[in-house]
Amino acid sequence: MSLIDLSGNLLFVAFIAYLVGTLLFGGAIKSNKPDGAAKRADNWGKLAIIVTIIGFLAQLGYFITRWIHSGHAPVSNMFEFTTAFGMFIIGAFILIYYMYRLTALGLVALPIALLIIGYAAMFPRDVTPLVPSLQSYWLTIHVITAALGQAILAISAVAGLIYLLKAVDPKVKSRGRFWLEAVLYFIVLVVGFIVVTVIFRSMGYEAVFNYVDKNGAEQEIIYNMPAVFGMNDYVLLTDDVMEPIAEMPPVINAKKLTVVFWSFIAGSIIYLLIRLITRRRILAILHPLVPKINFNLLDEIGYRSVLIGFPVFSLGALVFAMIWAQEAWGRFWGWDPKEVWALITWLFYAAFLHLRLSKGWEGKKSAWLALIGFAIILFNLIVVNLVIAGLHSYA
Amino acid sequence: MEKIICACGHENPFGTKLCEKCGRPLTEEEKNQKVLDMRYDGTAIRSKTRNKSIVDKIWNFFSSVKVGVSLIFINLVAASIGTIFPQEFFVNVATEAEREIYYEETYGSLGKLYYALGLSDVYSSWWFQILVGMLGISIIIASLDRGIPLHRSLKNQRVKRHESFMKRQRVVAEGSITEGDSSKTLDLVEEQMKKLKYNVRREGNAILAERGRFARYGPYINHVGLIVFLLGVMLRLLPGFYVDESMWVREGDIRAIPGMEGYFIENEKFILELHDNEKTEAQIQQGVNAVAKNYQTNVKLYKQPDDALPGQTDNLELVKEYSIRVNHPLQHEGYSLYQMDFRLNELKGMNFTLTNKETGEELGDVKVDLTNPQKEYVIDEQTKVDLLGYYPDFSGFKNGEPQTATSNPNNPAFIFKMTTPEKPDGEVSFVAIKQTIEPNGDNAYKMTFKSVETRNMSGLTVHKDKTIPILFVGGFIFMLGVAIGSYWNHRRIWVEQLQDGTIRLAAHANKNWFNIKKDLTAITEYAHLPQFIDQVEKENDEEGQKEKEGDNTL
Amino acid sequence: MNKKRNRSITRGVILVVLIAAIVYTVYSSATKDKVELLQVGDEAPNFELVDLYDSEIKHRLSDYEGKGIFLNFWGTWCEPCKKEMPAMSNQYAIYKDQGVEVLAVNIAQTEFEVKNFIEGLGVHFPVAIDETRDVMTEYNVDLLPATILINPEGEVEKIITGEMNEQQIASYMESIKPEQE
Repeated sequence: MSLIDLSGNLLFVAFIAYLVGTLLFGGAIKSNKPDGAAKRADNWGKLAIIVTIIGFLAQLGYFITRWIHSGHAPVSNMFEFTTAFGMFIIGAFILIYYMYRLTALGLVALPIALLIIGYAAMFPRDVTPLVPSLQSYWLTIHVITAALGQAILAISAVAGLIYLLKAVDPKVKSRGRFWLEAVLYFIVLVVGFIVVTVIFRSMGYEAVFNYVDKNGAEQEIIYNMPAVFGMNDYVLLTDDVMEPIAEMPPVINAKKLTVVFWSFIAGSIIYLLIRLITRRRILAILHPLVPKINFNLLDEIGYRSVLIGFPVFSLGALVFAMIWAQEAWGRFWGWDPKEVWALITWLFYAAFLHLRLSKGWEGKKSAWLALIGFAIILFNLIVVNLVIAGLHSYA
Repeated sequence: MEKIICACGHENPFGTKLCEKCGRPLTEEEKNQKVLDMRYDGTAIRSKTRNKSIVDKIWNFFSSVKVGVSLIFINLVAASIGTIFPQEFFVNVATEAEREIYYEETYGSLGKLYYALGLSDVYSSWWFQILVGMLGISIIIASLDRGIPLHRSLKNQRVKRHESFMKRQRVVAEGSITEGDSSKTLDLVEEQMKKLKYNVRREGNAILAERGRFARYGPYINHVGLIVFLLGVMLRLLPGFYVDESMWVREGDIRAIPGMEGYFIENEKFILELHDNEKTEAQIQQGVNAVAKNYQTNVKLYKQPDDALPGQTDNLELVKEYSIRVNHPLQHEGYSLYQMDFRLNELKGMNFTLTNKETGEELGDVKVDLTNPQKEYVIDEQTKVDLLGYYPDFSGFKNGEPQTATSNPNNPAFIFKMTTPEKPDGEVSFVAIKQTIEPNGDNAYKMTFKSVETRNMSGLTVHKDKTIPILFVGGFIFMLGVAIGSYWNHRRIWVEQLQDGTIRLAAHANKNWFNIKKDLTAITEYAHLPQFIDQVEKENDEEGQKEKEGDNTL
Repeated sequence: MNKKRNRSITRGVILVVLIAAIVYTVYSSATKDKVELLQVGDEAPNFELVDLYDSEIKHRLSDYEGKGIFLNFWGTWCEPCKKEMPAMSNQYAIYKDQGVEVLAVNIAQTEFEVKNFIEGLGVHFPVAIDETRDVMTEYNVDLLPATILINPEGEVEKIITGEMNEQQIASYMESIKPEQE
């Protein structure tokens, strides 16, 4: 087995371990029945964290073997970076778990990491050679530190989500209920993206187009999903596939728009099915599943992970980024969209800390802020990389 | 402005919430609270103490955290607006008019609006700079207003605090010891606190144990770092602090380096290497043939002698040879030269053969070096080619004369006069790429194009930034402050033994209550103290209980 | 009361300094692009260039002290440069004896092109090639043609970018003509 195959297998092992870990964390929910259930739950919890650590070590193995194989830290394309981000979230969870011993965190942290790794797997997985600007040890230092910082910050969103799942009453109409359901709907959309990608990939769907890009040059592009939107001045080259319904101007990447469209359709169908079958909101399904937890503890975890993550993020995403930019381009700051969004993330968490310290925004407010912060991080990962072009765009 | 005189006799400044000396709550609001607000240890935030002149009003505006947080959010939104469409400096067009057209053509009417509103250059707009500046002022004033009183209060802490202060802390304990001799309790507490690395002060029957006080200064230290950083950014605008120039050098040429007086650079060779990997999935999807592996310019850096004048380039001294690559700039005396761009295969030389049109007989080769064309090229005694004109970037005729659009050899054209034994008076021919004109009718000879020699061109940027050390110091102070403020916490435990031997205990941590509770558990066990309670947690638990009851009605 | 007033003064000073810093920043970044390295009234940077035809002749600015210098930057591809050259040649013939020197500096083209061009036009004034673009960089020349008038005191009298007609050339030369003793 070659190193890269081994690497891929290790990632698969990690994925399975996280899946099993999620179930075990589910088993660790304490019930109040006085029949020794609490003790059983403790055992489940112990098992769950062990499985999680095994998964983490397997993924670390994936990371290291891929590093050795490619000769550079595997954080240089969308698949590699997003996978590593998922791994760091697990790592951050394990760290926080050993600080507070709260199994409920795993119940949310693991599925989020699973979704992120699943999302990553939808991108081309082969090892890409490095362009000159990325050939620097700062790639390793900057990207890993930044991703680690984001992962620790993500744990605050995990704590915030648990807090809100428990604190928002699914039976009373409120703005909180609406937005929390919207957050859950978004998560279902990500599942939708993974589902449609896997379906069309297993069908081997392919449609080749010629189009004219915004510089007026002719280009070829391959769609892996039925083209709903066509690129500017497209010409379909493949037989027996769907013709696009609408043509897009050159600034819009119609292929990505098509992917978004199908993900949206698939995600919405899944969501509607859930609603129809259970006749309840997802929030209402999850609310009773979340164990009875000390709100203060959750709030403290949310705050603490921001406190731990913020300096790491500042160091990785701003300080190291500036040093590298100075070395590579001779200017420490260039207002590249990714840079700007890192700054926005940083400003947002700075505001979070100030609101908490001086305005006493704790509990629910703090939990909402943590979710918004994570949304900004995801925006920077997904939208800025894929939609807004810049020095950092991966695809 | 009146002072507030506490029951203990201490005079506090107006606005103080907790007596600076004994800790008694001084305001009605504080007195009614179960757990005291310990944010700035109850000191009067300076701006809140008075509100009179216009100066004070402006001062108070910037001192407010609410204003500060609002400024953070406004800056955040302003910065995000700049990422909707690419900023001007990412757009490769030269003039303002072209830019306007670019935004409209590429992004439609929204793009036009974006440009018209100046959002295409947000980050250098006056209002964005003012917003950042206001945030800077807010950081400075808010820190001064809070940092100084907090420092004073932490420095002047009393060991013994009033009952009303103790009882209103979040974590408290009161009662008699669970076992042992009560007269030794305080000694035991002191001993254990010292073991836990607390600074312990004892005054009579009271103990104040404190640890990690410096953590309280973290936020102020990081604010200092931010201010130093912003100052560094501002200094770039002063003349002499910052140089940012770009230049093109062809292989074999020596050029003066703009912004770096007295220095010259010779481009020896530009190297482009490509990865020889098999096409990856991503490459196929995006139609990319090969991925670049290296952009490199081998250069020689020269310096004029100190007394030389601009233009005197006959005795340049070699300073160093270097291979400039991406991520590996050439650095010299605070200047850095970066590999930024390149153009491949610019024409350097053209080879022709003087040929008889009919017989195809070749009389000889002529090699025109475009960097130094010659007046005549002699083949033998009776055969030569005169160069009557050279137009590096031929753009057409005007009044019968060939024109050149630029000085770059993009489309070279020549006027040759061919003298041969057959035609001793010479035949004139205009030769351009894919075009030959013979003004005097049909020539017997022609200049047959054979081959070309090319050279590459490197785009370099020249940078000098004297503010880098300042920025670095600012960044370092900031990180130090953030780390101190985030990874350490300030813990205080007050213990008092009352006349009857019972213990009254209060504890405060600015964050991370779990740590201090661990410490408290250790002391409680060691010195057999009464069990402490967390008043906030108790409160929330009561609320939680209510909610649980609600759940059961499901 | 004194303490209070002192505090107000301290605050006022701090605020003024901070606001001044912002105003300065905004102002100087708004005017940044317009500031040129070379400005009217500056001492013209000294330089030395080799004559196109005689490598023994070196045109050194400081050697022309006491004369007005008409420094013209040009290239063969630049149409307006070409148009103004005959007029420059005519006026140079008139003002040469009155202490005005012309130097036409070509921007890094080949000797062949420059000679061919000058001879083709039949103009007569000293020409030099700025091979490394050193002088051009020193004078911050961006667009061609650019003409820099240097008065007998060695100061920049005027910077002209764009084409000049004969009348203008005459008046410019007049303006840098040294006083007759």
